[in-house]
Amino acid sequence: MTDFGFTLTKSSTINFDSLDNHLYKRLCTIEPDAQICMSCGSCSATCTAAPFSGMSVRKVILGLQRGQDVRPLLSNCMLCGKCTMVCPRAINTRHLLLTLYRIYD
Amino acid sequence: MKENIVIIGGGIAGMEAANQLLQLGYLPIIVEQTDHLGGHVAQWHKLFPDMSSSQEIVSNLKERIKDAHVHLETKVKGINSLGNRYNIMLNNGINIVTKAVLMSTGFSLFDASKKEEYGYGVYDHVITNGDLEAWFNGKTDKRIPPQPKAIGFVHCVGSRDLKAGNSQCSKVCCTTAIKQAIEIKERFPDTEVYCFYMDLRLFGKKYEDFYIQAQRDFGVHFIRGRVSEVGETLDGLVQVKAEDTLVGKPLKVTLDLLVLMSGMVCNSQVTPLAEMLRLEIDDDDFLKSKDNVYGIIESNRAGIFYAGACTGTKTIPETVSEARAAALCIHNYLKNNF
Amino acid sequence: MISQGKQKIWSDYQKEIPDDHWYYVRSCIRQNFFPASEKMFTEITKKVLHKDLYETPHHTTCGGIAYHCDTIPQETAMTIVARQFALMTEAGYENYVPSCITSFGNYAEILETWHEFPELEAKIREDLWKACRREFNKPKYLAHSSDLIFHWRNEIAAKAKHHLVNKETGEPLKIVEHIGCHYAKMFPHKGVGGAEYPYVLAGMIDSWGGQVIDYPERRHCCGYGFRQYHVKANRSYSISNTWKKFESMEPYHPDAIITNCPGCPYFLDRWQYVIAEQTGKTYGENGFGIPVLTYEELAGLVLGYNPWDLGLQLHQVAVEPLLDKIGIEYDPKAKYVGLNQEDLLRPELPSSLKCF
Repeated sequence: MTDFGFTLTKSSTINFDSLDNHLYKRLCTIEPDAQICMSCGSCSATCTAAPFSGMSVRKVILGLQRGQDVRPLLSNCMLCGKCTMVCPRAINTRHLLLTLYRIYD
Repeated sequence: MKENIVIIGGGIAGMEAANQLLQLGYLPIIVEQTDHLGGHVAQWHKLFPDMSSSQEIVSNLKERIKDAHVHLETKVKGINSLGNRYNIMLNNGINIVTKAVLMSTGFSLFDASKKEEYGYGVYDHVITNGDLEAWFNGKTDKRIPPQPKAIGFVHCVGSRDLKAGNSQCSKVCCTTAIKQAIEIKERFPDTEVYCFYMDLRLFGKKYEDFYIQAQRDFGVHFIRGRVSEVGETLDGLVQVKAEDTLVGKPLKVTLDLLVLMSGMVCNSQVTPLAEMLRLEIDDDDFLKSKDNVYGIIESNRAGIFYAGACTGTKTIPETVSEARAAALCIHNYLKNNF
Repeated sequence: MISQGKQKIWSDYQKEIPDDHWYYVRSCIRQNFFPASEKMFTEITKKVLHKDLYETPHHTTCGGIAYHCDTIPQETAMTIVARQFALMTEAGYENYVPSCITSFGNYAEILETWHEFPELEAKIREDLWKACRREFNKPKYLAHSSDLIFHWRNEIAAKAKHHLVNKETGEPLKIVEHIGCHYAKMFPHKGVGGAEYPYVLAGMIDSWGGQVIDYPERRHCCGYGFRQYHVKANRSYSISNTWKKFESMEPYHPDAIITNCPGCPYFLDRWQYVIAEQTGKTYGENGFGIPVLTYEELAGLVLGYNPWDLGLQLHQVAVEPLLDKIGIEYDPKAKYVGLNQEDLLRPELPSSLKCF
């Protein structure tokens, strides 16, 4: 292969046609409320781990919907439950995260 | 003999005003340019947020205004002021003298082909909200595949769009998209449904619950990002590009059908009427109300009143309320000035 | 695809193109990339169609390339353009036709800016006078040279020696049209057919017997983007955009690509070699690439000019498969013989992309 000093870059476009979101779908059968998240960001704003680790329940749900591996985010959760307290859609986020741990196991 | 009141426009605003005016003892005369009463509502299938039947509203109203005079497929040819009266000349040769005129001329759906990048009229599987309602009502439409795998709804087509000449939010499209998405899910439970929105504006009673229902009970996917470009694949499917603004990355998806939520613009037939009546047009091209807070249904001319979407985008309950209010205003105007 | 829908849009974007008396300005780079294209334009205009086309050796760059690379401000580009207009005025012309798409966009943008801000035009007039004692009239008509070939497409079709039809099967050739970004994306009403569904090249393909391919990434930029290519560190971004287009058009099996921009044919042509070197993938048949032609080269082929006189040997992607499909005769041995009969020598062959 000739070295040109530059290479083809893979597009960052999310291709919904080849999205693998089976984990999200599985989560929804156990935690249907995962679907009513409206990405308001209350959970991330109050999260103890967020400012130091990037943890965010909003990002976890969104990441799962887009077929991303959210385990690195999940591992930062301290299960303090503040996100559950502030969620305006009354999603039991703490329970949702625990379910997700089980799914990943 | 009963007093004539001329109502221009036989949609639900004109019909409801006629209903009230009949009860107040007047003879409403509806002038409608199409061949049917009920306007856009008569073309619709079900209504948000209760999935009630739009046909039922129209047929109930028809029943209630049986004593009104209705001129279908009729246009106003000319209008003269005669002191504090108006002489309305119709193109069927009839002249009517009236002390009050109600403008209930409504809206037109934005012509989606003007947003060329969406390919309405160019791509095989791109339709509008209006087309989908017609299909729900039983009209055949070759553009709608029998077993769609994925369907997209594009919010704000021609609304909140300065380039399309419309800065206004059309108010009803967000909730209509949710309603249509649910209707699609009821027919095709396995179809993936995506709603592409900029903001979800669900201001009315029960609208937010309707949204939650679409998310939780029907699994409709809401993607925050406006569709920027549509193409057609070799198989004739629709390829859509948008930004997933919550993730912060571009996205693309191939769909079997794309539904454009065309917004509301002022009825294009209103301009000549407004000129004849010397009515002011607002900078959003709708008829200009005397005041946008306290005087929505009043015009700049004595004896001419407004109801419904002729002054701006309206929901059905808003339109019906304005029609009732306009009937009362007309009644008081006649009582106090003649 | 609903063809009537496109025709309706095309009818909304008609452009008045005078039939004769044009003042022609060349591109900075096209003669290096595709050396016979501009020559072919003057040949077709003057010798084949007998039109009046004037050019002067005094014209310079329009400044568009530097303006788009952000190395000069627009006012500098405006003064350069004002001088070009002065040359046109002095020659007694009022119809202005640039060969370059970015020039066309540059002229359109400047004329539009002057229309909106007449005080700026007055200032530029003064600057030009101070700099070189010249005065100018603005062109009455501005067209890109592809607009003119579009305008004359049926006259060319009437004189055609070849049609864009597969000689063996009788089927129309499948042709991708690629429009330079600065043609109509900035001012849709200044392009034939508008910006979403431009008709300028599609009209030529229709008229010369081919079939236009409309693929999902049709509107996408070729990836050149000036600074994106000029800075080597950015070339990965440039080629990746081109790659995206090829991946999108691949299922349609296009027989050729035609373009109306200086940069696009170069990058669509040369990057096929780089993509093949890096991935082993080729997009034409049997290991070849998809031939990429300028509209002048295509017009030249249709009119029966010798492919080697059109400079097609300077393309990276071999054009022979396309010539064979159309049934154009050529002498393989003459491919690398110069105009003066000198041997131009043979290029080194790529490892993946099949070439002659």
